[in-house]
Amino acid sequence: MAMIDSPAIKERSTVNMIMFTVILGLLPALFLQIGFFGYQILGNLFFGIGFALFLEAVCLKLRNYPIRPFILDGSAFVTAWLLIISVPANIPIWTLLIGIFFSIVVAKHAYGGIGSNPFNPAMIGYAVLLISFPKIMTNWPISDGFEIRNFIQFSQFFSISNINEAYDAIVSATPLDQIKTSLFLGKEVDVLPISFSTLSSYQMIAILYFLGGLFLVYKKVITWHLPLSLILSVYIFSGLLHLYDQNTYMSPTFHLLNGATFLAAFFIITDPVSSPTTLKGKIIFGILIGLITVIIRNYGGYPDGIAFAVIFMNICVPLIEKFTQPKVFGYE
Amino acid sequence: MELTDKIFKFFGGIKPNGHKAISTINPIKRLPIPKKLIIPVRQHVGKVPNIKVSVGDKVLKGQILAEPIANISAATHSSSSGTVVAIESNKIPHPSGLPDICIAIETDGKDEWIKRNRIDPSNLSSEALYEKMKSSGIVGLGGATFPTHIKLNSNKIKTLIVNAAECEPYITCDDMAMQEKTKEFIEGIQITMDILKIPHAIIGIEDNKPKAIEKLKTVLNKSKNISIKVVPTVYPSGDEKRLIYLMLGLKISKEKRPVDFGIQVFNVATLISIGRFFYHSEPVISRIVTVTGALKRPNNYEALIGTPIQELIKDAGGKSDQEIIMGGPMMGFKLPHTDVSVTKAMNCLLAITDEMKSKDTFEMPCIRCTKCVEVCPAQLQPQELYWHAKSKQFEKLTEDYKLFDCIECGCCSYVCPSNIPLVQYYRYAKSEIRDQLKSSEVADIARERNEFRLYRLEREKKERAERNAQRRAQTSDSDKKKLIEEKKAAIAEAMKRIEEKEK
Repeated sequence: MAMIDSPAIKERSTVNMIMFTVILGLLPALFLQIGFFGYQILGNLFFGIGFALFLEAVCLKLRNYPIRPFILDGSAFVTAWLLIISVPANIPIWTLLIGIFFSIVVAKHAYGGIGSNPFNPAMIGYAVLLISFPKIMTNWPISDGFEIRNFIQFSQFFSISNINEAYDAIVSATPLDQIKTSLFLGKEVDVLPISFSTLSSYQMIAILYFLGGLFLVYKKVITWHLPLSLILSVYIFSGLLHLYDQNTYMSPTFHLLNGATFLAAFFIITDPVSSPTTLKGKIIFGILIGLITVIIRNYGGYPDGIAFAVIFMNICVPLIEKFTQPKVFGYE
Repeated sequence: MELTDKIFKFFGGIKPNGHKAISTINPIKRLPIPKKLIIPVRQHVGKVPNIKVSVGDKVLKGQILAEPIANISAATHSSSSGTVVAIESNKIPHPSGLPDICIAIETDGKDEWIKRNRIDPSNLSSEALYEKMKSSGIVGLGGATFPTHIKLNSNKIKTLIVNAAECEPYITCDDMAMQEKTKEFIEGIQITMDILKIPHAIIGIEDNKPKAIEKLKTVLNKSKNISIKVVPTVYPSGDEKRLIYLMLGLKISKEKRPVDFGIQVFNVATLISIGRFFYHSEPVISRIVTVTGALKRPNNYEALIGTPIQELIKDAGGKSDQEIIMGGPMMGFKLPHTDVSVTKAMNCLLAITDEMKSKDTFEMPCIRCTKCVEVCPAQLQPQELYWHAKSKQFEKLTEDYKLFDCIECGCCSYVCPSNIPLVQYYRYAKSEIRDQLKSSEVADIARERNEFRLYRLEREKKERAERNAQRRAQTSDSDKKKLIEEKKAAIAEAMKRIEEKEK
């Protein structure tokens, strides 16, 4: 006899459908990434996600949870994916696996598994790697441009970088990093006017994250509150600095297109578990992450501060929620 | 209250597939009088009425079987003529599955009415009207079954809202009733307005009932005092407070009732019953039931109260072992037994479909996606309610998160991607809190008694001390000396006796 609790009918929606939609939103950017850099990113995704699912299964087993439904919820898959696309594609695989371990085992399961993690697991993994391996984490591969042949060089899939290769490969610091260095050296920064022809590979990928994010809003997986407040916040705060001194502070458009601004706005800070549930709370959360990011980028020790901003604001979520509880019907 | 044409859309709600067309193909059907009627004595919210018949009695159609003994109570009538064959505990359509006293009547097939007179409410004093209504057996036929005479006994009402929203999927009994019994429906509204002495009524109806809307509009063409407001089809627009907001833009919390704002809401079926009672002196002996779902011929039936539901299910092409939900798929409950009979609360019998059976029930942890927040029509935070219900933080639930404003509409469960049976958690928390409240009331009484006892003992002690002091003050010095002398003499005498003994 079937158990029928009221309501007897249910909309077709499951956690893994949400996660699947998130992955769909990330696919266009992946395509572009392969075109620019080759299959290395796919190898990272394959081994990284495989390791994440393995760790997830081990943790579930140790915690006496049914493995199948929880593996299939897709959350470990998405966490690993987000971490992998946040780090340079030429990262040595062992480094990546350390990050995955911290994301899945420490940030997620040690805190009670899906639904209970106070911090964004992908950002914990990222922060651990950035603090532990700053050199690896700030050397990004350079692209020769979007090449069709990148799609047929399958051998790259298995080209696992070791530590020396990571240094020897053609790498460069990100624009955010270059700016930071020049500022430290007291140089004035050259600001290239941003137009389509001057967009770097990373900026184009960022634009695809933006479009993929709009797809998530359209599919109602996320609401506009978090991404819009973060993007506007980064734009306004970096804009104010830019107005104050154009030679020292980059333009707001530069800040939106570089670093992880769009990726974070639509895919990272929208992790429902570690972000506020109230609408006002979401807006406050987004604005403050934007503000902290701009501060770290311009005054902090790291080129991109979004991961730290997210983790810091994760701590504040209960407080934000406490003060932004909406009024109940009839009590307004 | 200002009346406007504006529709005030409420926050949240869902738009599930209505499945309403399947039961509206054919007109409302009547079945032959069943051989045996099993009529539960109590079919309403409130006190059990007093049984007035005994086994072996001949009863007529419309005769009172049980009389209300208190204000919140309602009468129960015989739905046809025949003989009372048993008064005993029997299965009833209730989620608990517990039996209750029922009166079994073997019908004689004559369907003979008791003597009936038209009742004119304008000739009656309000007390007489109240007593009359009490004997009508009319209760909220939308499913709440609250005795209607109490809702009519008010002189504070300014606006009558007719709840014709019928927002639950599958259910079409009000839709069909408005189409086929339009005149009786309007009569019911009219007479209710007369009783409440108000000039205006608004019918709130969802736009998925175009035929009923058209019919009502033609009939009400010239009427200025009954207006229609067509509202969008969003579940749960038929919830009383959501409907009031849709109609008037007024939000009422759990702490207040519509009456406090001069508003009274009646369901379509209830109003038809009120009309029938006053125009034809007909108490509630039948109701329209939608019999639908996984059946060959879904239909609406005008069924006598006490008709075994299997007769309806069989006629609609169902099997006797089918699982049945009473009410709609959102708020209805699965009948623990399907060998029960039609009651006043039974607006729908829904044979469980394959879609409902295949519902994924594996409960995942909440991921705080807030899909539930987006659909909650009470503007609650369902994920917080769930969290605090699970961790039994009852004070926070009632104070901070207004658990009791939850109307258990099920929208949150409907959208939850983690398949959490949220409504069940809320029901559990509510009953726990009610229990705690009850036991703390008992404890309060005991404490008060004990405190009074201590106070009384203290008072008595004080009074005694005062009395002694007073006595002491009243006795003069000479009296005291005398008293001391007497005592001294008594002691001396006693000493003498002891000395004598020792010798």
